[in-house]
Amino acid sequence: MTLAAAMPLPGADDPINVSQTVGFGVIAAIMVISALRVVTTRNVVHAAMWLVMVLAGAAAQYVLLAAEFVAVTQVMVYIGAVVVLFLFGVMLTRARLGTDADLTRKNWYGAAFVGVVMVALLAFSLVDTFEDAKVPEDRRTTLAPDLPADASDAEVEAALAQPNVGSNTAAVSDSLFSRYLVPFEVVSVMLTAALIGAIVIARKD
Amino acid sequence: MLLNQFLLLSAVLFSIGVYGVIARRNGVAILMSIELILNAVNINLVAFSAWNNNLAGQVFALFVIAIAAAEVGVGLAIVLAIYRNRRSVDLDELDLMRG
Repeated sequence: MTLAAAMPLPGADDPINVSQTVGFGVIAAIMVISALRVVTTRNVVHAAMWLVMVLAGAAAQYVLLAAEFVAVTQVMVYIGAVVVLFLFGVMLTRARLGTDADLTRKNWYGAAFVGVVMVALLAFSLVDTFEDAKVPEDRRTTLAPDLPADASDAEVEAALAQPNVGSNTAAVSDSLFSRYLVPFEVVSVMLTAALIGAIVIARKD
Repeated sequence: MLLNQFLLLSAVLFSIGVYGVIARRNGVAILMSIELILNAVNINLVAFSAWNNNLAGQVFALFVIAIAAAEVGVGLAIVLAIYRNRRSVDLDELDLMRG
């Protein structure tokens, strides 16, 4: 018995939204072609530019999934900072710009074999497991509305009974600063440590 | 929308990233392939978050983005240090630890 048969999948009886699916297909095709160019182009600067296309496509997919805060963070951190860092890396490590014939190994077909086998195995297991599970049409997450501190139990119950109060961004910030506060602080300490480590490694002496 | 279309896109991007990590020789190009892999993971996390109607996936995707930024910073610093010592970022030439 497959996993999909053993557990009820949410959204299995929702209709297919054609316009969203077509939009997904267009963005996905752009992303896959750009990703292939990232790993095959002979110019490192061009690879960084194709990487921008992949990252922007990923941001568009997040918007499609109603994860608008993740999409904005993706644009700011990846396209705004990481790609600039890559371009600085290219600039500082290469005396000449232009095509570089030995960017790829000579025995690249071994790596291509690994990639094809991996995508085949992953596709088989995903199709076998999640069959035709659908993402729910309404993708906003429930969030308790602003209630006065002296709200009665009946008011709280009535507010919580309404579906999809608030936005995903508000819900994300609420859970980031309450339930996931300790991991958040750990990540900020780690970012500081990485910054200091990068400076120490890259210094001249 | 089917959940599987997001998961299959993510699987394809992940495999392309793995191909890049294995096939590339330039240190900066390998770091770009690692970014492809991390983005595939993020698409998976956000898709499962929307499917389950659970925000933990989105929060975790934000953590992954933060870790990826730190990883790129340290990784490029290492590549710069290699370049300063060897005048090359060809990782095939880095065989100092070969026995």
